[in-house]
Amino acid sequence: MAIAGSATESASARCGPPLWLLAEVTYRCPLHCVFCYNPVDYTRYGEELTTEEWLRVLREARKLGAAQLGFSGGEPLVRDDLEILVAEAHQLGYYTNLITSGVGLTEQRIKAFKDAGLDHIQLSFQDSTQELNDFLTHTRTFDLKARVIKVVRAYGYPTVLNVVLHRLNIDHIEQILAMAEAMGVEYLELANTQFYAWAMVNRDLLLPTREQVERAEAVTNAFRQRVGDKMRVFFVVPDYYAKRPKACMNGWGSVFLTITADGVALPCHEARQLPGLTFPNVREAELSWIWNESPGFNAYRGDAWMKEPCKTCPERSKDFGGCRCQAYLLTGDATNADPACDLSPHHHVIEEAVLRAAEPQPDVRKIVFRNDKNSRALSERRVLEEPKRQ
Amino acid sequence: MADATPSLHSVPALASMFRFQWEEAQQCHVLLYPEGMIKLNQSAGEILKLCDGERDVAAIVAALEAKFQASGLGGDVLEFLEVAHGNRWIRY
Ligand code: SF4
Ligand code: SF4
Repeated sequence: MAIAGSATESASARCGPPLWLLAEVTYRCPLHCVFCYNPVDYTRYGEELTTEEWLRVLREARKLGAAQLGFSGGEPLVRDDLEILVAEAHQLGYYTNLITSGVGLTEQRIKAFKDAGLDHIQLSFQDSTQELNDFLTHTRTFDLKARVIKVVRAYGYPTVLNVVLHRLNIDHIEQILAMAEAMGVEYLELANTQFYAWAMVNRDLLLPTREQVERAEAVTNAFRQRVGDKMRVFFVVPDYYAKRPKACMNGWGSVFLTITADGVALPCHEARQLPGLTFPNVREAELSWIWNESPGFNAYRGDAWMKEPCKTCPERSKDFGGCRCQAYLLTGDATNADPACDLSPHHHVIEEAVLRAAEPQPDVRKIVFRNDKNSRALSERRVLEEPKRQ
Repeated sequence: MADATPSLHSVPALASMFRFQWEEAQQCHVLLYPEGMIKLNQSAGEILKLCDGERDVAAIVAALEAKFQASGLGGDVLEFLEVAHGNRWIRY
């Protein structure tokens, strides 16, 4: 597919530093979330970066001006060198965040992270009811998470909890809020599933209805009123029910830099799936060239790549035309407006999905769990599909 | 929220969630926190540098007046601390 890989050389002169570095240190994960944001074909990708390679990435990115660092995955805790990476990151002056399911977060490791200078821990939950949680993550992890929260607090970290909402758990919103309150959570993010990767495979089972979303939001607002300052609750409306797209990544190649487990540098953790772009690997190129000069990072910088209606839209400096990956996934062309926008000529694909969500509950047995076997199957499907796209 | 008005005897300290530092790429002092980064102007940077949980406001004002060979900075410092506390950057 023709993508304006070379149209924006001039953009590189304008770009600021990559303030946020997301280190997806591994694709391995003990959980099997049905909305997992890792690529569905993660089993195809090569060897994980070594400790030394990560340390070099951290130093190079810091030199470029990165100040926020997220360790995620997969489950970052499966890497037993995480303490080393955190310690170096702290020395370098990063604000260090650990984004984890909590599986493997023993008291011993929390203590080691604290000593290494870890600033912040964000825990993710799938739901407040053990059954559904276990159904959704395919493992028995709920009690463990409750224990982890206690230890996190004991080590002086604010308790920050992220719950991914979707059709199958959003009606449990009262229990989710009550659980967070009982645990003394200080920051609760209720993030509706974004439909990429595994969530896209499972979209018809995960997209809530408009009524479900509205109800959950109303319940959340009432809860906020009641608890006041004690807990800050963020409710992220799903794209499919917003009239405008999100300002994805604050603009392509503007502040976000993701490094995948196998060393690929991406402007966003979903960008790997975009056809026609090659993203450099930190094993082969220096980060400053990758960020400032590489065609992949310049492809959608600025607005020279835009088509109508974005090209002349007064809102383009606010939302940058939305998400390139969503545009590609839903329209087949990453330079289109994000169809979540109701000005997009492709907005009907969103409306159709929303209409389907209003139909009777589809068969949950069809749900595809994130695991190696399904990843291999989906990889094969992708390989077969790819030639057709050219 | 607790009373945000500091006095000369208050002892401000950086709230635990923030990291305060000079940021070379930005050429200014910044506050880092989980959602991002706040760029500080010079005076905000100079005041926060002294919020170490040991000095009281009177000592901070005295240190600033000595450093910048100025007087009467108390009002400005108190005003900034009130804003900083309102934003939860500092605690007493
Ligand atoms: S979304 Fe779930 S399965 Fe995917 S990496 Fe995170 S915890 Fe693991
Ligand atoms: S047309 Fe494009 S720029 Fe305008 S609001 Fe929609 S997505 Fe944003």
